[in-house]
Order: sequence, then structure tokens, then C-alpha cells
Amino acid sequence: MDILGSFALLLALIVAAYAFFAGIAGIFTRRSLLKKSALNAGMAVFFLITVAVGVLEFFFFTDNYSLAYVAEHSNRALPAFYKFAALWAGQEGSLLWWSWLLSAYAFFVLFLNRKKHPELMPYVGVVIAGVQVFFLTLNNFVANAFNVLAAPGANGAMSVVALSDGRGLTPLLQYPEMVIHPPMLYLGYTGFTIPFAFALAALLGRYPGEKWIHITRRWTMIAWCFQTVGIILGAHWAYSMLGWGGYWEWDPVENASLLPWITGTAFLHSVMMQEKRGMMKIWNVWLVFTTFMLCILGTLLTRSGIVNSVHAFAQSSIGGWFVGFLAIILVVCFLAYWKNRDYLRGDNQLDSLVSRESSFLFNNLILLAACFAVLWGTLFPVLSEWVVGSKVSVGAPFFNQVNVPIALFLLFLTGVGPLLAWRKTSTDALKRNFAWPAGLSLVAGVVGFALGFRQFYALVCLILSVFVVLTIFLEFFRGARVIAARESTNLLTAVGSLTMRNTRRYGGYVVHLGMVMIFIGIAGQAFNKDVRAELNIGQTMKIGPYTLLCQNFDEIANNNYQSSRATLEVFRDGKSQMMLFPQRRFFPASGETETIVATRSSPLRDLYVVYAGRSPQDGHPVIHAYLNPLVKWIWFGGLVVVLGTLLALLPNRRAAIVLSSVRERAWDGTVVAEAAPAQVAVTRGASHD
Amino acid sequence: MKAQRKFAIGSFIIIATLIGLAYVGYTQSKTYYHTIKELPTLSPMALHQRMRVSGVVENGSIQHLPGHLDFVLQEEGKTLAVSYVGSDPLPDTFKDGAQALVEGNLMSDGRFRAEQVQAKCASKYQASPTAAPNSAETGPAQTSPATKGSEGASRNASYTKGS
Repeated sequence: MDILGSFALLLALIVAAYAFFAGIAGIFTRRSLLKKSALNAGMAVFFLITVAVGVLEFFFFTDNYSLAYVAEHSNRALPAFYKFAALWAGQEGSLLWWSWLLSAYAFFVLFLNRKKHPELMPYVGVVIAGVQVFFLTLNNFVANAFNVLAAPGANGAMSVVALSDGRGLTPLLQYPEMVIHPPMLYLGYTGFTIPFAFALAALLGRYPGEKWIHITRRWTMIAWCFQTVGIILGAHWAYSMLGWGGYWEWDPVENASLLPWITGTAFLHSVMMQEKRGMMKIWNVWLVFTTFMLCILGTLLTRSGIVNSVHAFAQSSIGGWFVGFLAIILVVCFLAYWKNRDYLRGDNQLDSLVSRESSFLFNNLILLAACFAVLWGTLFPVLSEWVVGSKVSVGAPFFNQVNVPIALFLLFLTGVGPLLAWRKTSTDALKRNFAWPAGLSLVAGVVGFALGFRQFYALVCLILSVFVVLTIFLEFFRGARVIAARESTNLLTAVGSLTMRNTRRYGGYVVHLGMVMIFIGIAGQAFNKDVRAELNIGQTMKIGPYTLLCQNFDEIANNNYQSSRATLEVFRDGKSQMMLFPQRRFFPASGETETIVATRSSPLRDLYVVYAGRSPQDGHPVIHAYLNPLVKWIWFGGLVVVLGTLLALLPNRRAAIVLSSVRERAWDGTVVAEAAPAQVAVTRGASHD
Repeated sequence: MKAQRKFAIGSFIIIATLIGLAYVGYTQSKTYYHTIKELPTLSPMALHQRMRVSGVVENGSIQHLPGHLDFVLQEEGKTLAVSYVGSDPLPDTFKDGAQALVEGNLMSDGRFRAEQVQAKCASKYQASPTAAPNSAETGPAQTSPATKGSEGASRNASYTKGS
């Protein structure tokens, strides 16, 4: 069975290499049969890796511990749910998973576009195959998940052995979200390969116009959406699992996932400049190159431990491969750009500082600054060791100092940008569009201040959030009012109809609303409180409006773990609210301990209680309670962002009535002249957005 | 042309502000990382900075004393005596032979005064869950939440002060 898996993986590498070289040969010799066969090979890789992944999962599910990887990351008592997720619990499996997801994307992209863009697709196939060759080389020769366990037999020869039980999945990953979170993040990481491949292909093939952007817009959004979900689930996992009361720590691995998200966000915005005004062509190409390279860098940071070495934990030899691959990508991108830079000349220049263009430019500038700051802070230990010889790490204060003002400025642009006109906005239009939102948000700021919001950034965030929400509602309201008047429907139906006519624009606004909710949730951090106390049975502790009464400490066990549990009764205003059961679980298979946090969550605040263990001095149990306001808004905001993205992915509903009436009139020779431009306008609007 | 110049000036102001903020953040949060071997070679000034040191907990060296907990870290044959003075419960992974990372100051008598201790079970070292990206942060994630808690709390505190 394991032979089948490793053979499929080897064959996948050979087929991907064929797709790569045959594709190049096909492009140079212009033989369409060769190009076609290269694309088919690119699709076949998907099926071969699927076989390999299937075999590995089969080993997990049949408790066959003859493979080192399976023995290391699973055990018999592990619930089936987690046996599935154990696939990506370690280096070998997660690299295989990377390859598989990439091959799945590649399959669908090549399959859906193979007939539509005969000039462009061979180039796309070659770029994707190049990336696949790299990862499959790792899968086959550097981190092979199909290594068997062997031991010397009776006659002294090495033979394959199977352990009776595995060492178990690390408890940190034994959490329902961990089954969804890594695939989501990896779908994001791998998904950015698609726009990268198209951008590089269009550049290499000098493919005319902005077509590659139209083709990849949805793919970029899909990757971005997965990346967003992955990041938020990761934050939620850290919050519920690590038990330190927060969700984001600016840890290198967290930052690694944020970096491509930031440049991806910049790219999603700046392509609009290219589509509408023919500007920023070089910038966009480099943004998408950078995004892809940051995805690879992210995988490198996660896998190699070069940055984590500050903590002096896990190291691996795989880093060099990724550094080499990054260097190759950089060289290829640069050469492609240098050779074809004339193809990227812009059509227009910035006309005014008060314009949509300028708001996008600032958006990009500030996002790139954030990306750079996060990258710099993450790599600081490595850089400082190179330059001054000693490792210096920077912590949360560094990241917050830079990124909090950036985030607030972005929030401001989110409110302002959509209301500015392309090219130049008149002072009149400014007054008309901004008077109400600006006035009302300032009022909200004064009210907030009076209610005790004294923390500067939190107050600014409140004002800007109100401002953005009002401008978005105003946008919906104005558009819907016109439709409601014209089609004599009510305002709510008109909002739906408006959204469906331009899903990209209004879906985008919904994404913005979700982001505002996330910002509100993050701003809540300014009001966090925490209390830590030794708590024996019968004692109480107070945090905010809550009183915790310790009722009991006991032990519970099943065959997967043993758990020490505290039983706490929560009182508010003297009334019993609920019971909380924070636990510490010990997993014998892996010898690790895990915290199970107990929370009482409401939209206004989370009461978050951790059983911290026994005091090192006197052995009394210690309870650490946190009061975290507004955290729930982050998770709900994430949900809204996803809904908005899905909305923006939907095709626009065409105004069917207009089209048919134009056609009918076109039969009648007299009105063709006036009908024709109308038809053009309708179709163009539909294809653009 | 005029708009472009204005944009350039605006960008310059923004970038300059951010660099200033970055510098403030850097001075607030920089932490040095040294190996045990390096410690004797450090300049007097560098010795008084807050730092992180890692090593393996020497077998049988853990002593519970009133008010603090003493143990010895070793790395490449060199040892460092550590007194943990924090009030957080130590992680369960902290035991003989564990990989530990301590953060604090070196005192004049050569002992290390640790305010935070992170530890990781040595047996699972190879199979560390660098696993899921974003999630299992190799360092802190592996430590017990107890120490993590204090870290989070102290960081939050400095964050509020800083802004």
C-alpha cells in the first residue's frame, strides 16, 4: 500500500516535470499538440497526488503504524475526526497537503480555461507546473511522508516493522477548528499561485490588455477569502486553546499568514485602478509577485524555524530549499519584468489628490507599509544577527505602535474612498457626501468620550467605525432610492436588486462592514482586564461585574486524556448565572498537557476563565480570569467578510428588460442608431464588474 | 504633476511618522537573545539588558524554595543557575531534561533572575507541531498556558501604557 503512495508521488513529479518542459517546448516550437499535452499533464498531476493523499489517509484510518509519519502523529484512541486532520500535523504531511491543494487549483483552472485562452494557457500551465515540481521534489526526496519504520530483524537485515500504537496527535491540534483551519490557510497560500501564474504568464507571453486580471479576479478573491478565514480561525483557535486570554500575539507564524493577506488585499484594490484607468500596471504585477513570494516565505517561516529559533525550539533542514526557490522566483519575475517592461506602460496619471485613484494609492502605500513593518519585525532576529551579531527580537509593542495607526488610517480610507469620484472630486460633492457621516461620527465620538472612552486609539476607532458604517449605508440608500423610485418597489427590495446588479461593488461594501466589526472587536482590547488568584474550594474572586465561587476540583478521564477540572459558579449582582468548568488535560500518548478554557461569551464581553495549575510556592490551585470586551465582534465580523466576498463572487444580474427591449427595437431599422450605444453600455457594465 | 507631488509629500509624511513609531516600539520591546556560552563574553552594558536564554533543565536541579524556584540550565556543556521569581504556575512541561526558555536579567552574582519560563517536553522535540501554520507557533504555543498567560498579561499592560 505504501508503495502505491510513494509511487504515485514519484509519478506526479515526473508528470509535473513533463508539463513544465513540454509546455516550454510547445511555446517555443508553437506546436499546439505539445502545448495541449502539457496542459493535460498538468491536470493529471491532481489525480496522482490524490492517490498519494488517499493512501496516507488510509494508513491513518486503518491504524497502520508502519509509516513513520502515521506513527508520529496518530494513535488508536484518537477520534476519527482527528485522524483525518493528522494528515497535516507534521512537516511531511503538510507539504503533501500543499501540493495536493495546489494541484486541485491547477486542475480546475486549467480545465475551465483550457479552451478559452489558447495563447495564454500554455504559459500559465508552465508556471504552475514549475511550482509543482518544486513542491513535489520536497515531497519525494526531502520530506517524504511514506518513509516506513524499519528495524533489524532476527537475521540482522533491516525489515519493515509496524508499531502497535502511534505516539498520538499533539493535543494543541485536538480541537475541532484545527480540522478546518490549516486547510483554509493552505487554500489561501496555494490559491495565490493562480493569479501569480496568470500575471507571470501574461507578462511572458505579452498577452494584451487587462485580460489576466479579469480571468483571475475571482480566483484571487477565493484565495483571499480562504486566507481571511484561515487567519480568523487561527486567531480563534489561539484564543480558545492557548489560554492566555488573547487571540493575536504577533508570533512569527501568525505574521507569516498575515503578510500575503496584506499584499493580497492591496492587490484586490489596486487592480481596480488598472481596470478603470489603465494605471499601476507595473505595481499590480509586482504586488501579485510579492504576494506569491510571501506565501512561499510564510511556508518557509512556518516550516524551517529560522525565526522561531529565538525561542530555540524546532529546527529543520528544509529552509535552504525554500530560500533557493524564493531566489529562483525572484530572478524569474525580475527577468520577465525587465524584458517586457515596455508592455506595462501606464495609460494615465494621477489627476488630483482628492480622487478615487489617490485613495487607492494611499490604501496601497499604507498596506505595503504595514506589510513591511510586520515582515521587518518578524525577521528582526535574523537580520540583527547578520548585522550586529546578536539576536534581538521585537515584541507586540513594536507591531502595535506601527500597525494600530495604519489600521485606523485604513479605516478612514475605507469610509472616504468609495465616496470620492474617479479623477477629481469637486468640493460640492465632498460636502454633499461627507457632511452627514462626518458630523454624526463626531457626535458619536463626543458621546463616547462622555461615556468614558478615554483611550485615544479606541476613541478614534469608534469615530471612524461610525463614519464608515454611515458612508456605506448612505451608498446603499442612495442607490436603492433611485431603483425604488424607478421600479416603484420598496427600499429593501431595491437594496437587494441594487446589490445583485453590481455584486463586486456592493459585496465589497459588505466586506468593509465586516472589517469594521473586526476593528471594533480589536479595539475592545483597550478595555481588557484580568485577575489571577489562588482559589481553594469555597473561596471567591471578583472580576468586573462577575463573582466566581469555587465549588470543586476533580479529576475526569477517558482513554485519550486525563483531566483536572475546576468547577466555578458565576454570580452577577448576587444571582447565579452559570457554571464554568476550566480544565487541564493530560494526554498520555504524547505526554503533553492542554488547557481547556471555559468562557461565557456575549456580544458585549467574554468572561474567559483558565485553570492555570498549582502555585509553585504552596500548591494551591490558581485561577486566571479575563474580561475581554467585544471579542465576539471579531468572529462575527469574519463571517460578514466571508458573506461579502461570496456576494462579490456572484455574477451580476443583467438588466434583462433593457437588453430585450434594445433587441426588439433593433429589428425596426429606425431606432438602431440610438439603441446600439445602450446595448454596448449594458454589456460593458456587466463584463467589467 | 501637481497632484503627484502632493501625493509624494503625503507619502513622505506618512512613512516618516511610521518610522518614528516603529523606533519607539522597537525601544519598548526589544529583547536580546543569548546563548549560555555567550554570557561571559558580553559587555557590562549588554549584561544588564533584559534577555532570553535557552537550555536544557539539568536533571535533579529543580529546587522549590520559599519565594522562588531554582534550577540549572545547561547548553553545550555550559551551565547557568536560574531563580524563577514569577508567581505563575510553571508549565507542566517544565521538568528534568525539558527544553526551557527563560526571560529576565542576569544578576551581579551570576545567577539569572527569570520572570518568565517557557518549557517544552524534550521527548516530543522532533515531532514538534510546527504543524499547522499560523496556529502552532513553535515557541510559545508549546509552552503551558500558565506562563503564556503572564506573557499575554504583561504585554497587554505594556501595550496600554504605550499607546
